[in-house]
Parts: sequence; C-alpha cells; structure tokens
Amino acid sequence: MIAETGHFALVLALAVALVQMILPAYGAWKGDHAMMRVGTPAALAQLALVAIAFLALTLAFVVSDFSVALVANNSAVDKPLIFKISGVWGNHEGSMVLWVLILALYGALVALFGRNLPDRLKANVLAVQGSVGVAFLLFILATSDPFLRLDPAPFEGAGLNPILQDRALAFHPPWLYAGYVGFSMTFSFAIAALMEGRVDAAWARWVRPWALAAWLALTIGIAMGSWWAYYTLGWGGFWFWDPVENASLMPWLAGTALLHSAIVAEKRGALKSWTILLAILAFSLSLVGTFLVRSGVLTSVHAFAVSPARGVFVLAILGVFVGGSLTLYAWRAPMLKTGGLFAPISREGALLFNNLLLTASAAAVFIGTLYPLLLDAVGGPKITVGPPFFNTTFVPLWAPLLVMVPFGPMMSWKRGDIVAAGQRLIFAAGAAFVVCLVLYGVVSDGPWLAPIGMGVAVWLVIGALSEIAWRVKLFTAPAGESWRRARGLPRAAWGTMLAHGGLGIAVAGIVGVTAWKSERIVALPEGGTTSISGYELTLEKVGTRGGPNYDATTGVVRVERGGEFVTFLLPERRRYPTERQEKTEPAIYTTGFSDLYVVLGEGNRAGEWALRAYVNPLAPFIWLGGMVMALGGLVSLTDRRLRVGAPQRARTKGRSAAAPAE
Amino acid sequence: MTRKQRRAAFIVLGLAILGIAVALVLNAMRDSIVFFYSPSDIAEKAIGPGERLRLGGLVQPGSVVKDGSTDVIFTITDFGDSIRVHYSGILPDLFREGQGVVAEGELRPDGSFRADSVLAKHDENYMPPEVAEALKKRGDWQGEEGSGRPHAEKYGEGAYP
Repeated sequence: MIAETGHFALVLALAVALVQMILPAYGAWKGDHAMMRVGTPAALAQLALVAIAFLALTLAFVVSDFSVALVANNSAVDKPLIFKISGVWGNHEGSMVLWVLILALYGALVALFGRNLPDRLKANVLAVQGSVGVAFLLFILATSDPFLRLDPAPFEGAGLNPILQDRALAFHPPWLYAGYVGFSMTFSFAIAALMEGRVDAAWARWVRPWALAAWLALTIGIAMGSWWAYYTLGWGGFWFWDPVENASLMPWLAGTALLHSAIVAEKRGALKSWTILLAILAFSLSLVGTFLVRSGVLTSVHAFAVSPARGVFVLAILGVFVGGSLTLYAWRAPMLKTGGLFAPISREGALLFNNLLLTASAAAVFIGTLYPLLLDAVGGPKITVGPPFFNTTFVPLWAPLLVMVPFGPMMSWKRGDIVAAGQRLIFAAGAAFVVCLVLYGVVSDGPWLAPIGMGVAVWLVIGALSEIAWRVKLFTAPAGESWRRARGLPRAAWGTMLAHGGLGIAVAGIVGVTAWKSERIVALPEGGTTSISGYELTLEKVGTRGGPNYDATTGVVRVERGGEFVTFLLPERRRYPTERQEKTEPAIYTTGFSDLYVVLGEGNRAGEWALRAYVNPLAPFIWLGGMVMALGGLVSLTDRRLRVGAPQRARTKGRSAAAPAE
Repeated sequence: MTRKQRRAAFIVLGLAILGIAVALVLNAMRDSIVFFYSPSDIAEKAIGPGERLRLGGLVQPGSVVKDGSTDVIFTITDFGDSIRVHYSGILPDLFREGQGVVAEGELRPDGSFRADSVLAKHDENYMPPEVAEALKKRGDWQGEEGSGRPHAEKYGEGAYP
C-alpha cells in the first residue's frame, strides 16, 4: 500500500505541476488575476504531494520492504538506521525524488514568502518553476519509477555500496541538490523577467537571496563531498578533477559570478542582461551536472545505473531548457535597458573582472569535462583529461582573481581609486609579503610557487579583515566610535568578509596539502616501525573485529613524536558480506594544522602489512575555509535588505509603485 | 573617459581574458591529455616508451607477483596481447586476478609498463568501460549488455568520488 500511495502522489504531483506551469503563465499573459493566483496553491499542493511520495519511499526503506525493487537493490536489514534513510537518495530513482522534493520546496517558498512580489512576476516565476517540475516528474515516472514492485520479494536486500555508508556522505546529496535546484529559482526569475521584458533593482533584490541560498548550499555540499573523498578514499587527496566533481564545480563558479553581478544589477542597475544570462547559465550547468551524473555517461560512484533511455531523457530536458532559455534570451535581452555608466576602475569594474574570470574558468572546466565525452561520442580516440589539464588552466585564471578579491570591496561605485584602495590594503600586502619571505627562508622543499600561494592566502584573509577595519575606522577613531560603526554595518558587509576570508583559509589549505604533503609506503611486520615527518609509527598488531554489518581487519598503529606517545590510530580494511565488497577505512590524527593519515593495505606472504602514511599540512583548513564561506553566505542572507518581512515590504512597495508597470 | 572609450576598455578586457583562457586550454590540451590503449593497441600502433598513457585490460590469472615490499608485478591482457606491469604501492581494494583494471603510467624501453597508479573496480561484476570496449572490439566480450547489479561503482586508487 505504501508504495502505491507514493506512486499515486507522484502522478498527482505531475498533474498539479502541469496546472502550475500553464494557468499562471496564461493568466499573466492575458492579465487574468484569478488565473495568476492559481500558482500559489498549486506550488503548495505540489510540495505536499512530492513530500508524501518521498515519505512513502523513506518508510519503505526504514521498514525494509523488499517487495519494492529499489529497496531490495539498495538496502539490507542489518544496515544501521541512518544508512537506511540515506539509502533513499543513495540510488538513482530515490535521488531524483529528492531532487523534485527540493524543487517543490523552493517553489512553495516563493509561493509563501513572495507575497510582496508583483502578481505577474510571481505568476511567471511559479509557472517556470512548475515547468521544471513537470520535466523531472515525467522523467521519474517514465524512466525511473522508484516504487516498482518485485515479486517474489527477496528475504534480504543487496545492501548499499559500502563507500556510501558514511555519516558525512549521508547529508552530502541533500546539500548539493539544494544548491543545484536552488539555481532553478534564479532561473525562473530570469525567465520571468525576460517574459516581461523588464529588469529593475527590485527584481535584482528578489533574485539575490535565492542566488545566495543556492550558492551557500552548494558550497556546503561541495565541501562535504570533498571532505568525504578525503577521508574515505584512502589516498589523502581532497579534489580529483573528476567529471562528477566538475559537474558540481561548474554551477558553483557560475553561481558565484551570479551572486556578484546581481549586486551590480541591484545597486547600480548595470549588467542586467549579463545577470540574466548568468542565472540561465548557472541552472543550465546544474542540468548539465545532472545529465553527466545521472545519464551513466560517466563511470563513477554517482552513476547509479546505465540506461540509455534515461540519458536521452535527461539530454532532452537539457536541450529544451537550455535551448529554450537561451533563445528567449537572444530574443528578449536586447529589449532590456542598459543601466548606469561606470569607469573600468570602480566597484562595478572589479565585479565585472571577477565575473569574466569566473566564467572563463567555468568554461575551461566545461571543456575539460565534456571534450573527452564528445570525442568518444563521435568515435574518436579514448582520452583522459586529468588533473594536469585543470591545474594548468584553472590555476592561472584564478591567480589574478584571488589577488583582486580584497580590492573589490575597497573600491567605490562608479569611479574607484585603486591607489587609495591599495593604501587601505597596505597592511594586508605587508603581511602577505612577510609570510612569503619567511616561508622562502624556512621551508626548503616544495614547489617555488607555494610560498607565494600562502602569501595570497594571507592577503585574502587580512584583506577581508582590513575592509571591516577600514569601514569601522578601527584605530583611527576612538574605540566607542568604531564599536558604534561596527554595529551599524550591514550584515552583508560581515558576510562579504567571512566569504572572502574563508576563501583565503581554503586557499591556505589547498596550497599546504598540494605543496608540502609527505607520503610513505612501507611493508611492516607486526611490531615494525617507520617514520614520517617527525612521527614514529609502530604497527603494534593486526587483528580482526566485527562491525554492525561488516568484518574488519584492523591495524593498531602507535604514534609517537620525539619519543612522546601521541595516539593510537586504527586503520581498517572492512568486508561487507551482504554487499560482497571491501572498503578501506583510513585513520586520521589531526592537530588542527596538519593531518596524519594512515591506511592499512594488504598483507603479504612474509607476514608483512602494507602501510601507507601521509602527513597533510593545513588539510583541515580546506573544509574550515569552505564552512566559513558558507557562513558568510548565511550571514549575508540575514541582511535586513534581503529579509522577507515587514521592513522590506514597505520599501519594495514604494519601488514597484515608482517603476512603470510595463 | 567617454562612453565609447569605456566600452572599448571592457571589450578589450573581455577579449583578453577570453584569449588567455583559450590559450591556456589549447596549451593544456596539447600537453596533458592521456590516451587509453589496450595491450593490442600498443602492439599495433607501435607506441614508443616515455609517452604517458592508460593501459587497460584484465589481470591475467596467476600473473601477480608480490615480493617482500610493496612492489607488485602483474600482467594486463586482452587475450590478444599482454604487457607486464610494474607497480609500487598499495593496490586498490578490489584488485583481483581475472578482473578489469586500468593502469596509468608509461612504457619502458624493454616493453614492460611502469604504472604510477592502478584503478580497479569495486564490484565483481564490473569492468571499466574502456576495457569492456577494447575486449568487445577483439570479440572476446562474454558479458551481456548492462549485466550485473545496477549498482554504484567505484575505482580503487584514484577513485572517482
């Protein structure tokens, strides 16, 4: 019964999404307010129905109802509860239901909190959102029905891939999807604006919180995914330039650009049609990501199933939305009025520079990710575009971007003074220079670029702090005055500081691990000792232990430093009998500034065990930086200008009244 | 600055960044692309030592030799030709004799292959797509299309997260 209820709810959701797609848009076109208002209840009903379907699926997983094929293929009785739940989206069908659930959630949020939106804009936004829902619900029902029954039902399921049985990974997909799908919101706003042929500051103000929310969720999702890859895959890397990672990086880059250009559109009325284009691109890249990951063209942990029908269907969705929106853009964008003038050296200019570099780097990632697929599709040679490609294209494009970051917020709108901005950053520049020099003096190994990289990281962090210090006149005004100014600063300024500072922290981590990682692979008998970067590791013994749904071979590694006991590390090799798979479980000891990372390999006939150890300096900074960036997004989101509430309503009303209706 | 000059400045900046990006991509395309070959391809195309490539096929049963340390020698075969592979390091979790494997590295003058990374699959039903295709081309493909559980797949070392 549960499965049938879920399936029925999905069918109903499709019907409601069709209504949501057609009626409000038709009403907006004809000027029929009754029809326009259908959008709100339709969006809420869609959320309710998709939520019922999702809950039904979750329930089937929790009670291990193996008469549902999906549950039988992806779950098992002995699996811990948290992985039964995360198993819902640990497979193709379930993850698509989650995709649609988040989509419906965003639609319902606009319906609920968008009371201050002009009726036509809101109707069009909900209609576009409905059309995305129609496409993906059709996709689920036609090619990926999660509620298919299995007869006879097996007694035990096939289990979930062990590398997906992980606590951090359990919540990586929801965050990532909240980001991907979040860009559907800015996309809907962009299309609605094109349909109306009008973009004003108020439009940009409504778009920004959605762009921020999507960006912040995507940042968390990517950081969690990278952290997971680091501690599960057992070779100490945090980013592999794998097509699936690139699939999430591309919308992030476009979304970051969008976030910045929306500021210009809001504050200065410039770059409007560029902002619209970015909103379309960000969502298009999210769809490309979905296609790459879900179509089976890539071989990876994310490619749950290889079914040509699905690939073709997602490609069709991609074609309709990307092609349609770009055509609409080409047709309508020239009608948008161009906004205010600005000099090349100005806040707008800096943000434009940021946008150009971000989109160029997104394009480079796009080419590197899709070129091998295209070449293969046309029958060319099989090639791999690996990390060297991305390192030699991405890094040179990002280097000037990172150097420019602290200048941006120091510049004034319209016409900036780069010398004055430089003077305000003199302390940051000095600190970066000193760090750079000291590192050249102290550290002898690693690439020559690494100290410069650390200098850039310091420049970013101190530069971000300098902006706040300058704004509150720290040390140049009395402390009371500074305090008063600090309290008066908009939250968005604090958000900027956190996001830019977090970027610096992440850069420090990336440079540290990339440049100064040390690695040691040895074969040790029990009792054998090895050393790495000042740590002495002793493999005291190797034993076996049982887990909830696996058996493990565990190594007991005693860690000492300069003769002092530090800790015991327990790297494991786990065997999952239900899934008939093995998994390596590294053990990590972190000081907060560096990680000692130990992996147990196989034993050989001589009774020795392969042991691999890494010391990854500054590794924790990578994810700390990501989290600080996301926190910056969150703080910005609470800015009163963006808050969906009473103070804003009064203001936007005034604005929309001032703007001409057509 | 007049409106025209400003616009020209932005166009120049945009084109410059675009140009730099294109140059970087083309340069990287030339230097850092790795081709995939089966042992037969290598024999046919007479690929010289020193070129970086990916070699894929099945691990020939009985060919794996582990000496005392972490050095491993094994043979990759596609039933037509086979190549000896030398590798030092921890093998991926599901490296098995008779299973599909992809090694990345370069040929040595003596015709053997020096791998610096080895990718293997985490599921006994699985074969890397390149390997499956290479075997199909040779007519040695025994599996059926889409066989095995529709299950997540994973490479070991150099895993795809």
